[in-house]
Amino acid sequence: MSVKLSTRQVGDVSVVDVAGRITLGEGSSALRDLMREMVGKGQKKILLNLGDVSYIDSSGIGELVSGFTTVTNNGGELKLLNLNKRVKDLLQITKLYTVFDVHEDEAGAIRAFA
Amino acid sequence: MRENKHHVPETVERLLDSTLESVESAEELALSVAQRAGFEDDDLMKIGMAVRESMVNAVVHGNRYSEHKKVRFSVTRNGERYTIRIADEGEGFDFSALPDPLAPENLMRTSGRGIFLIRSFMDEFEMRRREPSGTEVTLVKYVVSK
Repeated sequence: MSVKLSTRQVGDVSVVDVAGRITLGEGSSALRDLMREMVGKGQKKILLNLGDVSYIDSSGIGELVSGFTTVTNNGGELKLLNLNKRVKDLLQITKLYTVFDVHEDEAGAIRAFA
Repeated sequence: MRENKHHVPETVERLLDSTLESVESAEELALSVAQRAGFEDDDLMKIGMAVRESMVNAVVHGNRYSEHKKVRFSVTRNGERYTIRIADEGEGFDFSALPDPLAPENLMRTSGRGIFLIRSFMDEFEMRRREPSGTEVTLVKYVVSK
């Protein structure tokens, strides 16, 4: 399965539920396009729920970094929610785990936005 | 106790097109042989990802998706040793010029982590230039990691 992205609004936070594979090709470009679209619409608080991500490669990691940079450069905040072991391990190996603000429960993540 | 079938040498070779579909099929082939070699889930994940990253390098950065260039892929299991070779027909690159993705100045780069991940996930990793052109990588993992 390639990536499936669905968005919902919780207060002023846009939550993106990501499911499937974030890999080179369709998966990572779909995430990139969505991030740019959301920033273009002026959304400043974005929470990426990665709980149903089955696979992520270096291209997918690159898109998370790109999304983070795009959102923060536009004065917004990007946070990550529900990392599974695979994604968490990869972010730790690549020293990106501390770059992102990572949460394990949605309510706490929503509250953490300024 | 490991079954005897794990000790029967096996080699699978393919000549693949320079497409993302080839990345998928190489990963599937590598994983099917790795399962027969006796690797467990965590190692299978690492092997699959290392093969994917190597294939992406060959298809995207080496052959640049050229329909005239092929990727030679082989996977061998022989006793405890599991070996993958992936060779492209691209122009090659300067191995010494690879930036360190963990360096603070590179941490927020959106690319450049593939080879670092391959090295992290496999027991041995080697790159060499092919004649007349191209790059060959060799990835080795031991069923009981050394």
